[in-house]
Amino acid sequence: MTKQAPTLIAVRDLTVGYGSFILMKNISFEVQAGEICFITGGSGCGKSTLLKVLMGLKSPQKGQVLYGSEDFWAADSDTRQRIKRHTGVLFQSGALWSSMTLAENVALPLQQYTDLTTEQITELASLKLALTGLAGFEDYYPSEISGGMRKRAGLARALALDPSILFLDEPSAGLDPVSSRHLDDLLLELRDTLKATFMIVSHELDSIFAIADKIIYLDNQTRTIQAQGDPRRLKEDPATALCALDFLTRGAASKTLAKEIR
Amino acid sequence: MTSAMQIQLHSEHGCLDIIVGGTWRLACDRPDEIRQALDLVHAPQTTRVRLKEDALVTWDSSLLVFLVQIVRSTNERKIALEMQLNDGLCRLIALAFEVKSQQGSQREKHEPGFLEDLGGKVLNLAPKLLDFLAFLGEVTPALGRFFLGRATMRSQDFFQALHECSLQALPIVGVTNLLFGLILAFVGAVQLTQFGVQIYVAGLVGIGMLRVMGAVMVGIVMSGRVGASYAALLGTMQVNEEIDALTTLGISPVEFLILPRILALVLMVPLLTIYADVMGIFGGYLVGTIMLDISPMEYLNATISMVNVSHGVIGLIYATMFGFVIALAGCYHGLRCGRSAQAVGQATTTAVVHSIVGIIIMTAIITIICNVLNV
Repeated sequence: MTKQAPTLIAVRDLTVGYGSFILMKNISFEVQAGEICFITGGSGCGKSTLLKVLMGLKSPQKGQVLYGSEDFWAADSDTRQRIKRHTGVLFQSGALWSSMTLAENVALPLQQYTDLTTEQITELASLKLALTGLAGFEDYYPSEISGGMRKRAGLARALALDPSILFLDEPSAGLDPVSSRHLDDLLLELRDTLKATFMIVSHELDSIFAIADKIIYLDNQTRTIQAQGDPRRLKEDPATALCALDFLTRGAASKTLAKEIR
Repeated sequence: MTSAMQIQLHSEHGCLDIIVGGTWRLACDRPDEIRQALDLVHAPQTTRVRLKEDALVTWDSSLLVFLVQIVRSTNERKIALEMQLNDGLCRLIALAFEVKSQQGSQREKHEPGFLEDLGGKVLNLAPKLLDFLAFLGEVTPALGRFFLGRATMRSQDFFQALHECSLQALPIVGVTNLLFGLILAFVGAVQLTQFGVQIYVAGLVGIGMLRVMGAVMVGIVMSGRVGASYAALLGTMQVNEEIDALTTLGISPVEFLILPRILALVLMVPLLTIYADVMGIFGGYLVGTIMLDISPMEYLNATISMVNVSHGVIGLIYATMFGFVIALAGCYHGLRCGRSAQAVGQATTTAVVHSIVGIIIMTAIITIICNVLNV
């Protein structure tokens, strides 16, 4: 399915850094519509920074980020705003607005970007919360719920406008294995039903092998992409299996892949 | 893509067919049939609902929310429901109902009336007061341990706190008190020049600043500047669980975080008050010599003869107490802060308000005591 789908995100020869410090260079990859793509690698390799560049929060020093045929960083502010309208973001901590209830958090993008009535927005917000397993928690404040629930509420907010692209930063970090598995199932369900494309930063290898169509493996040493493609095929390839093993020996991920590679 | 939201409704022998089609987008206008469909589902004659699709082009949450409303209504009425929809829609509807609303999770919306609200606030006063006394009960032994040299307080934290409420506060304290001295002199001059005794402006400014106004001005400036920063800092530490981390290590947050700040303010507010007094008297001196034609020596001599040491000592007592009040209010509200960004904001505002109220109450108490003692 994904091979026939059009390219939704194309990154060409990207260089990202802070001043004279180059964090990553020669970053090029493509993501097809409807794919679940993981950006992975050891701690400090620039996964979250790359995601920020894709989300429009940090400008690259060189290169292009194309959404369809439009170069995000070369576009004017109206075009950027239009592209952003079709994206949803789940931040690592959930980043919910603490002064608003969960329903208000989800409703805000709808109030901002649609002409729906208050009643319709309330219904939609409740629906999004129900889809993420938070039915009945509409009137709770972020400080009153657990970390896992905050993540799910963040996902509900990210889904508010039915985005075609979802950026998730460490969605299963801090979650227990069962909740993490449920989140994986939810993401698969949302991909299959809403036809959304997911860009996920994570180093949870269990999740990667469970739901990823593609991984982009960033390397700390070379500061570029060391391997990209279907994780199951990469595991079979001796060259990339080695790089994954290297990733494991630095203690950046679980031991499941180490067992599988052996 | 051109066809808008379409709904066909057929009701026959108690069976309601709802057929959705066309393009369902959040930006599209919602047809009246949506309301009609929901009304028909609630109608007593409807005993069965069938959801179907016909020529459905594209859809998003706008269709999903409509279908979920229909499903919820059929569930409420406990009537039969049949779904002949595409797989994606069926799965999303199932997902929306997969996790049932947890028992007790939903909140009752209750707007208290004026009297109920007032009564609640009054009843809340006693526990709040007790909590503050408990905090004071933690601070007092911590101070005792400090004087015995057994407190777990880092000296660099104390010097950092000293720096924040001394050198960094000098410009704002200097400017406000210089201007306050000027204002006091101007206000006094209006009356005193009518009797030709404008020389008493020196006494008015000198006694006023030394005895109470210098300390009050420093207190107000420091509650806005330092008290607020204490509350915000400790509140943010509370949000980041830094205070919990200290507690789990067996380190008393009161000794480690509060003590250096209380000591710094108690020490520095009196010293800043001396500086503020000098600046205020200089403000009065400027008005006296420039506007009221009093010679510089005459003004200084008048100030020295009318002001005595007891005024300065009383001013320093005020200042010491204000330092304690500001530090207590800032630290108490920071330490009792909730776990959200909003709570930090509230803690900061409340700390400043309570500091200023505390300063005024303390001023009244000391003034009454001085009056009774005839000092």
